[in-house]
Amino acid sequence: MVAIALEGLGAAYGNKHVLSDITTPAFNGGEIVAVIGPNAAGKSTLFRRIAGIIGGPGRIALSGVRDGSRSVAYMPQDDTATVALTVYESILLAAKQGGAWRVGAGDLARVDKTIADLQIGDISFRYLYELSGGQRQLVGIAHALARDPDVLLMDEPTSALDLYRQMEVLGLIRRLAEERAMVVFIALHDLNHALHFADKALLVSGGTVQRCGTCDEVITDAMLRDVYNVVARIERCSRGQRHVIVDGVFVREHAPA
Amino acid sequence: MTPSSEAILSTGRERYRALVGRRLLLLATLALLLCVSLVIDISTGPARYSVLDVIRTITTPSEVDAQRRVIIWSIRAPSALMALAVGMALSVAGGQMQTILNNPLASPFTLGISAGASFGAALTLAFGIALLPGSVDYTVPLNAFAVAMLTALVIHTVNLRRGATVQTIILLGIALVFTFNALLAIVQYFVSDQAVAAMIFWTMGSLTKATWPKLAIAVAVIVAVLPIFVRQSWALTALRMGDAKAASFGVRVHRLRLQTLLLVALLASVPVAFVGTIGFVGLVGPHIARMMIGEDQRFFLPATALSGALILSLSSIVSKSLISGVIIPVGIVTSLVGMPLFFYLILRSGRQSW
Repeated sequence: MVAIALEGLGAAYGNKHVLSDITTPAFNGGEIVAVIGPNAAGKSTLFRRIAGIIGGPGRIALSGVRDGSRSVAYMPQDDTATVALTVYESILLAAKQGGAWRVGAGDLARVDKTIADLQIGDISFRYLYELSGGQRQLVGIAHALARDPDVLLMDEPTSALDLYRQMEVLGLIRRLAEERAMVVFIALHDLNHALHFADKALLVSGGTVQRCGTCDEVITDAMLRDVYNVVARIERCSRGQRHVIVDGVFVREHAPA
Repeated sequence: MTPSSEAILSTGRERYRALVGRRLLLLATLALLLCVSLVIDISTGPARYSVLDVIRTITTPSEVDAQRRVIIWSIRAPSALMALAVGMALSVAGGQMQTILNNPLASPFTLGISAGASFGAALTLAFGIALLPGSVDYTVPLNAFAVAMLTALVIHTVNLRRGATVQTIILLGIALVFTFNALLAIVQYFVSDQAVAAMIFWTMGSLTKATWPKLAIAVAVIVAVLPIFVRQSWALTALRMGDAKAASFGVRVHRLRLQTLLLVALLASVPVAFVGTIGFVGLVGPHIARMMIGEDQRFFLPATALSGALILSLSSIVSKSLISGVIIPVGIVTSLVGMPLFFYLILRSGRQSW
């Protein structure tokens, strides 16, 4: 089974250090890791660093992968292509990268399977530039899934989706993580989604790991106050599920000069 | 899996196969039109021949009279075939520039690569300067190539900078065109009237300069470069999905872009060196291909090559037919045809592919 651990990862844009010393214990196949943190914390940079798009110090300890060349798939946050490709072709494109030039029956079967999984058959022969924001996001997820990765990095995959699609997509990711024994890192702003769907949480702030553990360990009142600057409570609903309830912003009292 | 979901799965596959079939049919149609256009191009000129005459002269040259054989084999055929080669080279160069710069207005002509090649060639024509070592016979094309390459590198460097937008690159192209025109004017100021006349005629882009050896080199360049693009079809298509996306697919974005740009400079400089500046084929060809066939490079690339060749071949026919007995430089015809599309691309708005 696949396992991934981050050991002292860093990244810089020019002279500006965006990430430093990101170290985590090993995550195993089937686990969903919510990557949380305020805006500009370095979450997207961390994903790009893990995906190998940018370089930097540190090491990614990856074991048990099936195909080393395509073990990690990354779904970027913004997806605004003007390319004249249909959804179907774009998913085929994602599946074919780094593979053989010819398109075989197996490739098409993989595209069809991905389209069926995400229930986007109705838009599969529309052009990418005709899609709405939410549809683009679904297609972006399809691109990542079509690569059949061991480690899936998803940057805010549900930010443009309606409630039904959010539940659908997160449920699907939950199911696929287990079925395909993938490690899924998923950047989320909605901490309730993290509490519902993720096994672990990785709190990134100021370009480094502030905390890492189970969601219950990481997402606490004190963390929300210290890192997110909000007054919030974590309470159980009538079904026993933990929810984040935000009461307002946290105003720090400064000592008078 | 239930029978109905199996049916849904196979519909996607079938629709895709039908799409591929339609595209292959379109490519075959383009190729057929190209053959027809080629024969008409050879038959058109001051001495008019019928299409049958042309076909007979090509298939059985020994059975026709010497004059016709010379006109068709030594004058018309090299020009007509050069139109195809140059059209292909410019169109593919333009298409790949649009792909790697993510810019609908990119082409060798609009971004100054053609102007740079002109200037490089002028340096040789005027002063005999050779920027690259090589045979004396090919100093002009080598110089054109060297300056085209430098221009391409300037564009590449600026495009890499953070915040470089579509508009930045177009403005840079305008600046480069102005710069090379000014440099060309300086060169023309210092050389004899005779050389100036030669240079002006040469910058107008005319297929009458074609010969069999030049055609052979142009074809060799195309044959060397196109397979590289074909092999990288999937990666090049991915580039148009945006850098982050392409990189997430494992494409080495910067390396692919630099490599493609250098090959594009090679493709774009050869036509300029042999037949002069021919504008807008590199802009119009790829757009026609994109509208007809989409941007999967496995189909887009041949469609771009065929449509570029067809445009220049048709332009060549027009350049010989407008005024009886006069061959207008084909560069003038392509500019007149291409300019309206350029305006359209600048002025249109709305969310769409380009």
